[in-house]
Amino acid sequence: MDLHEYQAAELLTRYGIPVNRGILARTPEEARAAAQQLGSRVVVKAQVHAGGRGKAGGIRLADDPAQAEAVARQILGMDIRGRIVRKVLVAPAVAFEREYYLGVVLDRDARRVAVMASSAGGVDIEEVARERPEAIVREHADPCLGFQDFQARRLAFRLGIEPDLVRGFAALARQLYQAYVDCDASLAEINPLVLTSDRTWLALDTKVVLDDNGLIRHPDLAELRDPEEEDPLEREARLAGISFVRLNGTVGCIVNGAGLSMATMDAIKLYGGEPANFLDIGGGASVQRVAAALRLVVADPNVRAILVNIFGGITRGDVVAQGLLEALRQVEVRVPMVIRLVGTRQEEGRRLLEEAGLTVVDTMEEAAQRAVAAAQSQ
Amino acid sequence: MAILVDTSTRLLVQGITGREGSFHTQQMLEYGTNIVAGVTPGPGGREVHGVPVFNTVAEAVAATQPNASFVAVPAPFAPDAILEAAEAGIPLIICITEGIPVLETLQVYHAVRERGVRLIGPNCPGLISPGKAKVGIMPGFIHTPGPVGIVSRSGTLTYEVVWALTRAGIGQSTAVGIGGDPIIGTSFIEVLELFQNDPETRAIVLIGEIGGADEEAAAAYIRQHVTKPVVGFIAGRTAPPGRRMGHAGAIISGGRGTAAEKIAALEAADVPVAERPAQVADLIRRVLEGV
Repeated sequence: MDLHEYQAAELLTRYGIPVNRGILARTPEEARAAAQQLGSRVVVKAQVHAGGRGKAGGIRLADDPAQAEAVARQILGMDIRGRIVRKVLVAPAVAFEREYYLGVVLDRDARRVAVMASSAGGVDIEEVARERPEAIVREHADPCLGFQDFQARRLAFRLGIEPDLVRGFAALARQLYQAYVDCDASLAEINPLVLTSDRTWLALDTKVVLDDNGLIRHPDLAELRDPEEEDPLEREARLAGISFVRLNGTVGCIVNGAGLSMATMDAIKLYGGEPANFLDIGGGASVQRVAAALRLVVADPNVRAILVNIFGGITRGDVVAQGLLEALRQVEVRVPMVIRLVGTRQEEGRRLLEEAGLTVVDTMEEAAQRAVAAAQSQ
Repeated sequence: MAILVDTSTRLLVQGITGREGSFHTQQMLEYGTNIVAGVTPGPGGREVHGVPVFNTVAEAVAATQPNASFVAVPAPFAPDAILEAAEAGIPLIICITEGIPVLETLQVYHAVRERGVRLIGPNCPGLISPGKAKVGIMPGFIHTPGPVGIVSRSGTLTYEVVWALTRAGIGQSTAVGIGGDPIIGTSFIEVLELFQNDPETRAIVLIGEIGGADEEAAAAYIRQHVTKPVVGFIAGRTAPPGRRMGHAGAIISGGRGTAAEKIAALEAADVPVAERPAQVADLIRRVLEGV
């Protein structure tokens, strides 16, 4: 789950990290008032779950409250990579000497949490990793003991940070690590971390992504979810316990299992179609869950055919069939539907569907080909 | 022979009185798996499907000597259950639970390694050695005994490939679902090593998906250490970057972990990669006939 910059800033402040905090504004007038209150040059930043805010024109400087209002008027409502900006953060503009990057992530290959730092701050760190991997230094936290001060100091020395600044940098790195672990984050980063003209450290921009699985341990953090940032269908899916990712194609998919869902999307593409979504109804899917899945897929106006691909393990064929039939009683489906059903209690499931006049095919390939053909003939 | 589980497996089921635990205990018993005990803190002293239930793993171990444990408890309690089994000296732990916070799994990963215990999963379907033992949630009837070892990050996608093999008349030695989380107890490489050393396994199927670099590591390992033929399948060719595709571990991040990279790595290690799950059976037939 992504947090907004202003939420991340508040969270990291609690860990003692000096963050250039600003004031949140939802209207140009609020932005003006915020700039007035701050009483300095300000930067107005779009608060939206999309990367590349700067390049898209979502981060602008303003010399005075009137300009802050004008700039906020331009940014609010802006579409950044498909997301509408509904809030801006107004923060003091800060003069600084140098920019660094500091981040904490899970290093899957090393099976450890990694703390990374770079003197190439203020730019996209993934770009730095690709083009100048030597500009990034990292330390792995011990799985039992955590991230030690000597490791944090080592990062600082390797970046050539002057001795009088090392202690402050190390403290920051450890605070960021602690926040990451305490919150079950999957990413915590400060980019840029700047050295101001009076030689103090300040986090100008912060980013925190939380592990969705960790939210069960953090009801307070779960409440930070911004419903305005979610696709309405994805939100509905999440509340129904369904894994759903909306895509741009025309063949709607209802599948059980994440791997099989991806393989089904790939098969649609292989046979010349485009999947409209990733949808995993999960293990042991109930009648209600299957019905909810069907509702999600038909709610997408791009969908021209539906492919149901169920290979039962926990998920019983007869339960899926009942769910589909129940859903078809509740939801009007105007596009062709191709069903493939195999696994536990497949005979019972197929019989139920066939008795209701639905066609059930044997293989995933046949199902994908038929669904693609149906979508293209619509 | 098969790997990891067979007729000598004496299974403990943790969470046996729960809905999933009880259902799958029955399914595994029907398949012929030797389940010697169950554990649920509280209802100790009862029986579930004729299996005695204990309050603690230590009591179950003392009374019934299990050599493997199947963990089917909800995410908030699963790490504790795994650690309890490891502490009691059970050498093989299979955890099907989905939704464990990754930083918790990370601690469990290192703790079980320190004790020399093998963990399969979490968030996996378990494993099966057809005709010998089923320690998982897969439908038993789709499998048949034979020479092909399978290792996979997915559940139902594995069933798809197994079903294609069985329908083509090709049996399986063992099918291992290693799990779809970013951190899992046992990686592709460790299972590949077991299959390489298993005389009954003549060919191997590796089923991967987007996210992480375990398939690339497996490809490098195959090139160096695996002499048996390997066939691959990678799910997620059409997955968009930056979006988690169901499995917590299935995400392309920072441009890394794409299906294209994984397919290229496998092909560079002379592993043919199928375009469709059912095509795995054709490729396996070809390599088996070539052996």
